[in-house]
Amino acid sequence: MFKIANAEFIAPGIKRFVIEARRIARKHRPGQFVIVRLYEQGERIPLTIERSDPERGTINIVVQSVGKTTHLLNSLTTGESIMDVVGPLGKPSEIEKVGTVVVMGGGVGTAMAYPTAAALKQAGNRVISIVGARNKELVILEHEMREVSDVLMVTTDDGSYADKGFVTDKLRQLIENGTRIDLVLAVGPIPMMKAVADMTRKENIRTIVSLNPIMIDGTGMCGGCRVLIDGKSEFACVDGPEFEAERVNFEVLIQRNSMYREAERKSMDEFQHDADSQLELVRAGGDPYFAKGGR
Amino acid sequence: MAAPPKTSANPLSPKERMKVPRQHMPEQAPELRVLNFTEVNLGYSPELARQEALRCLQCAKPTCTSNCPVGVKVREFVELIVLGDFLGAAAKIREDNVLPAVTGRVCPQEDHCEGSCLMHKKVESLGIGYLERFVADYEQQHLDLSKVRKAPPTGKKVAIVGSGPSGLTAAGDLVQKGHQVRVFEALHEVGGVLIYGIPEFRLPKKIIREQVDYMRAMGVEFETDVVVGRTVTIDELFEEEGFDAVFIGTGAGLPVFMNIPGEHLNGVYSANEFLTRINLMHAYEFPRFDEPIVDFRNKDVAVIGGGNTALDAIRSARRLGARKAYILYRRSEVEMPARIEEVKHAKQEGIDVQVLTSPIEFLSDGKGWLNAVRCMRMELGEPDASGRRRPLPIAGSEFEIPLSVAVIAIGTSANPIVQSTTPGLKTNKWGYIDADSSTQRTSRKGVFAGGDIVTGSATVILAMGAGRRAAKSIDEYLVSGKWDVEQLPAESVT
Repeated sequence: MFKIANAEFIAPGIKRFVIEARRIARKHRPGQFVIVRLYEQGERIPLTIERSDPERGTINIVVQSVGKTTHLLNSLTTGESIMDVVGPLGKPSEIEKVGTVVVMGGGVGTAMAYPTAAALKQAGNRVISIVGARNKELVILEHEMREVSDVLMVTTDDGSYADKGFVTDKLRQLIENGTRIDLVLAVGPIPMMKAVADMTRKENIRTIVSLNPIMIDGTGMCGGCRVLIDGKSEFACVDGPEFEAERVNFEVLIQRNSMYREAERKSMDEFQHDADSQLELVRAGGDPYFAKGGR
Repeated sequence: MAAPPKTSANPLSPKERMKVPRQHMPEQAPELRVLNFTEVNLGYSPELARQEALRCLQCAKPTCTSNCPVGVKVREFVELIVLGDFLGAAAKIREDNVLPAVTGRVCPQEDHCEGSCLMHKKVESLGIGYLERFVADYEQQHLDLSKVRKAPPTGKKVAIVGSGPSGLTAAGDLVQKGHQVRVFEALHEVGGVLIYGIPEFRLPKKIIREQVDYMRAMGVEFETDVVVGRTVTIDELFEEEGFDAVFIGTGAGLPVFMNIPGEHLNGVYSANEFLTRINLMHAYEFPRFDEPIVDFRNKDVAVIGGGNTALDAIRSARRLGARKAYILYRRSEVEMPARIEEVKHAKQEGIDVQVLTSPIEFLSDGKGWLNAVRCMRMELGEPDASGRRRPLPIAGSEFEIPLSVAVIAIGTSANPIVQSTTPGLKTNKWGYIDADSSTQRTSRKGVFAGGDIVTGSATVILAMGAGRRAAKSIDEYLVSGKWDVEQLPAESVT
């Protein structure tokens, strides 16, 4: 069991957890993630590590309520526990001094971009960060990103805060202004990362994206997270999650991520029908029959 | 070898024993069991077990024992069954095998004890696996965990990486020597391949939990959610956590794909993923469990491969409601590596075994989902490196099978996480760890390895054999403090 030292919403439907996970906190490097399971009947889902504190033995994760598991997780509060947290998984981001780096965070992807931006800044790079969200309320980690960036740009899809538009609009402006860009890191929804890749491919700008395929074990064992990289299967959990954007087949990623859409909807419907008892079950650790090893 | 004990318990002469037919294992009827995931074999009753045990010839030189990778004293435990001392029989097995309820169910007995049984030459061999299963289950029903004896502590600490068959066996043997043993498992549940790989209908999860509880009672500590190499390194286990020796039993991790077009289509699974969803994550109980699996009801499904994993996968697919269920295997049935009993059970369940058949392409429905597989027929040529006749494609034999789901079960390769994070740990050209085949010692002092991460994909019992040898070698090292450098590594096992 992993105790939740603190939990607070940082935006509607987006919660930041500080979790006591001594071993993970010591080993975490920017770009890595954890896999979480909430109770005996629960699924395993990968989640971004936003930062870690090796001294206190804690890691932070930032979770957006999307499906049943993330809704259940975001119902847990300070002092409660998470049954399983395993990690840090995946290869850390490559942190080198390359010159000017544009770090782009779309939505909750900003939480994964943040530690890498901080490390890139510390390595001596000029960091231009572009943070985007659907609307004002959903802009996260603005203050944190500003601290680690030479320049910070913020966009909202509806213009309710900062500049109206997409993060790619800002990237286009930078390119059109003749800004020298040595590296782009883009973390966010697949359409955003694909749009960035399409833009920078033409300009020959090296671009890294962090992929989020469906995953189970996270150690390379199951192959469920395979992504098509230069026409060959690679595993996001051990070969990634970061890949050179120009090598990624985004269509296949979108297609594979849609594989369980119907089941996910069914899970969500049943959860919403009886959310309280589902949450009770999670707090109890799962079906008592199962927990006793009755199966 | 001492002469066999003269038994008054067995009234039958050797000739009479040969005339007793092998007692059939009661099992769920095929038409019933394809509708559920509960165990196929129902187990011997005490009467059946004694009747079967009476058949044992009590050989002076028991080849069953010498052909067992962990050396179970078959003659002795079977004799105890004849005497009606079932708990004594269980204790006798436990001297050599800490997982009797597991091996009694999944061991390929025909390759080991039963295959070398003297009776096998004339009549059916003794049902050693069935008898082992019977005494293990009997022991479980009559067990008092509080009475499990703990050995006096030696003060030495051993870390076991991976809780599969090799790790559990090494842990069980080492804790009985009085060493403090901690097992690290990457997943959330202890058991490794026994949990994520082997389905409920062949090896119920309850059995593994009971065996693990027994090991806990013996003093073994378990820590789940630790990916050694990521969460903590081998060096840190030595330097910061005070372990005196480490055993690596991480198994053959990565699924092998065929590298044919269409493998990324929705509906194409690796066997590891498919079985992990079913076994570890209980996807067959969706939505009571959260992990989903594609809908198999009235869909046509094929599994590619001919091993136990392939059969586990296709029989699981059948239970999920698959309409047509094929095994596609590129050699002929005699070369199939699966246990004989599994092939028999699969056929009873209506599995269509297509031998000499190899897929060359997965075809899409145009929307990203699998629609069919294109195959070629094969013929067998000269023997290859494995000693089996090499399958060769027959020109012009291409044909298609309409399919909604395909599961690739053609093998695994080495998971590199531990090797790549442990400086000085030598591996062979396939990435498996170099370890001496008798001492299981690696190129790193204090580090031992065994099971599939050394040999590549093998069986539960072979991994247990390696765990056993490692435990003996670790104990020698901990007691003597000697790491015989000249010997290392004498040979790498491939």
